[in-house]
Amino acid sequence: MTNISVESTDDPPKLNPMSWKRYFSFSTDHKVIGVQYLVTAFLFFLIGGLFAMIVRAELLTPQLDVVDRSLYNGLFTMHGTVMIFLWIFPANVGLANYLVPLMIGARETAFPVLNAIAFWLIPVIGVLLLFSFFLPSGTAQAGWWSYPPVSIQNPSGHMINGEFIWLLAITISGISSIMGAVNLVTTIFQMRAPGMSFFRMPVYVWTTLSAQLLQLFCLPALTGAAVMLLFDLTFGTDFFSPFKQGDPVIYQHLFWFYSHPAVYVMALPAFGVFSEVIPAFARKPLFGYKTVAVSSLLIAGISMLVWVHHMFASATPNWMRVLFMVTSMLVSVPTGIKVFAWTATVWRGKLHFQTPMLFALGGVAMFLFAGITGVMLASLPFDIHVNNTYFVVGHFHYVVFNTVTMAIYAGIYYWFPKITGRMYSEGWGKLHFWLTFIGANLNFFPMHPIGLQGMVRRISSYDPQYTGWNVVASLGAFLLGMSTLPFIANVVSSWLRGRKASNNPWNATGLEWTTTSPPAIENFEEIPTVTSEPYGYGESHRLAVDPLSHLS
Amino acid sequence: MRTFNIVLLSIWVGVIIFASHTIGQQAYDWLPIAAAAEAEPVGHLFSFLVTLGTIVFLGVMGVLVYSVLFYRARDTSDAPAIRGNLKLEITWTVIPILLVTWIAIYSYNIYQRMNTLGALPLAHLHFVEAPAYAEVGNNNMQRAEQIEVIAKQWSWSFHYPSRNITSTELHLPVNQPVRLMLQSEDVVHGFYVPNFRIKQDIIPNQTIEFKFTPSRIGQYQLHDSQFSGTYFALMEASVYVDAPERYSQWLAETATRPPVPAANPAKSEHIQPPAMPLRSNWHTVPPAQPPLINK
Repeated sequence: MTNISVESTDDPPKLNPMSWKRYFSFSTDHKVIGVQYLVTAFLFFLIGGLFAMIVRAELLTPQLDVVDRSLYNGLFTMHGTVMIFLWIFPANVGLANYLVPLMIGARETAFPVLNAIAFWLIPVIGVLLLFSFFLPSGTAQAGWWSYPPVSIQNPSGHMINGEFIWLLAITISGISSIMGAVNLVTTIFQMRAPGMSFFRMPVYVWTTLSAQLLQLFCLPALTGAAVMLLFDLTFGTDFFSPFKQGDPVIYQHLFWFYSHPAVYVMALPAFGVFSEVIPAFARKPLFGYKTVAVSSLLIAGISMLVWVHHMFASATPNWMRVLFMVTSMLVSVPTGIKVFAWTATVWRGKLHFQTPMLFALGGVAMFLFAGITGVMLASLPFDIHVNNTYFVVGHFHYVVFNTVTMAIYAGIYYWFPKITGRMYSEGWGKLHFWLTFIGANLNFFPMHPIGLQGMVRRISSYDPQYTGWNVVASLGAFLLGMSTLPFIANVVSSWLRGRKASNNPWNATGLEWTTTSPPAIENFEEIPTVTSEPYGYGESHRLAVDPLSHLS
Repeated sequence: MRTFNIVLLSIWVGVIIFASHTIGQQAYDWLPIAAAAEAEPVGHLFSFLVTLGTIVFLGVMGVLVYSVLFYRARDTSDAPAIRGNLKLEITWTVIPILLVTWIAIYSYNIYQRMNTLGALPLAHLHFVEAPAYAEVGNNNMQRAEQIEVIAKQWSWSFHYPSRNITSTELHLPVNQPVRLMLQSEDVVHGFYVPNFRIKQDIIPNQTIEFKFTPSRIGQYQLHDSQFSGTYFALMEASVYVDAPERYSQWLAETATRPPVPAANPAKSEHIQPPAMPLRSNWHTVPPAQPPLINK
């Protein structure tokens, strides 16, 4: 009898709950799912970056000399698709999954199984998209907008073609994101700890809530459009066929009704990360916390009413263009509030320049630039000149890379000790920051002047007058590719052998820092009660003060 | 000390405004040379946007850089717990509202003056005769040269109904309003001449009326500005803004030539694809039959 019982304890039928193997299982722990999202997304980030580097290699010279035109079109289509749907969305959702329950004092998310299903659809989408490169038809080649009719011309005549796979992947991605949004929104509404009123939630939770509400309101439009386009492509319906009573411009409306807010789905969590990191390293409360919090919802609300600014040169009547110019201008107001608030937080602070702070400040500075070019683009007559040129490409890369990806990096470094229980290497982190910051500006700044000069986006060969800036951009892109190496080396070696982290290495406020690093399965031994606003830096009623701070 | 700070701040504001003004003046040179009447106000608008943008950028960056330089922590203690300042927060909400209102009104005025886009939608028009609305339109537009622009994968052709000629070159008379009737035979294309600083998508099975006035003699490049498939980059055409005599001469000469199929870079590349290190061999849409042109 004794033998048997000893055997059963030595060989547990279930996985050890803290084993690394849990990351490869259908786990319903939000922390495991968070890490699964982040690691998976990062792998796709590398793949999407590789596509971008081939595209930039082609653009080193004016003439076509690396890839053929179909492959070029496939590469930029997949670059955009992978970066948006497999890197930024899942990376943000991963971070939110990990952090939101900890930040609001919950033991779990509201719908753990739904959450896990939402995650496991991500690798399915990735495999589908990458596999489409090996189809005889090739991958989708119509850009990530996939405007009909060019997107459904299907020259191969095969039923299973790149565009078919792409539309299927977008549909599945929509379903996955809606499931994730239902889970996160419900969690934030229903599972806050005692005392955690809305105006005690950290801004990161506010931004996640705003972003996920946008997913719920707007994503069905894109998912519906993708299904309709799939029907046009595969089953011969004519929703968007111009020569058969369909209307291709309706697709553009449906697409941008989601895809403009999508920019804020990506950017809002980045604003959230800045709002956590900057106060912690300036040792000051976030300036104007309530206005910053509320402006997240304002941004989300206004961003639902601006989509036609992507169609200023499309078949849109004058009144519509003017109306949407005005709404687009207004987005800059709540966004400006945030930038000014971060600046005021830094002002007269006691600044520490650890890696998360470098990424956050670098991200804010470059977002300022992106915001200014954004207001320019909202100006209708100017937009008509630069619409569909590299100026727009430069602008949105300053948003999606120089702001959002910088923020994701800042977030990963900032919460690395919490997630892994170990410290990352500061030296490697700083090297990573400088390579990324320099590479990103070299890569994306030159796109503005060549766009102003009239270089159209998505062209595989170009007029020699644009060569100079294109060479700079390509070299920047290669540097940016290299910049991921110190990050990977740092994360892998620190996770395996890094210094043990204390519970609150940054001496930061926020409930996530009151529990162990890494947190136990149920997050908190005892559900905390919240008694004050967040960001109590410099105040006596701090949530947790750690003598073993890693601030220097 | 207080006076000293105010003087310092005033100097700083002066420097920012001076620098922004200088950069705003430079901005004209960042755009291609203006070759249409509609391009001039876009240049002024851009210069204005760059000036305002530079003020905001330098203002905020100044505060950030100053903080990075002078507010470095010397120990691990916390900074004073300043949670906000209502007046300041109202200021930085109201000022941007005023600024964007200013930008929007300025942009609206310029857009009204440009007046490039005709009424939408215009579907299935025939151009044997001038459409009825042309007669009620303003005097300028009655004199406007009307040209049909036909986009297809991957060629441009320009039909001059008054002389019944077709060309792959777009010739326009200088300082005379032109009215283009934009049409596509397959997918969405875009009409974009950077020097004119105007752009319009072309939607298949619609005719979009597009008006402007070329203002500078020279040769320019027309680009397809909306992704149109495999040979998108090759879909270009030369645009000539001619003196009136030269223009009439070109029309007359071209009218005497018999129609022949045009040369087409997309078609030649499709028939004989260049060798590439990375080849996909994926199916592509074959280029449409090149237009018949008077050459």
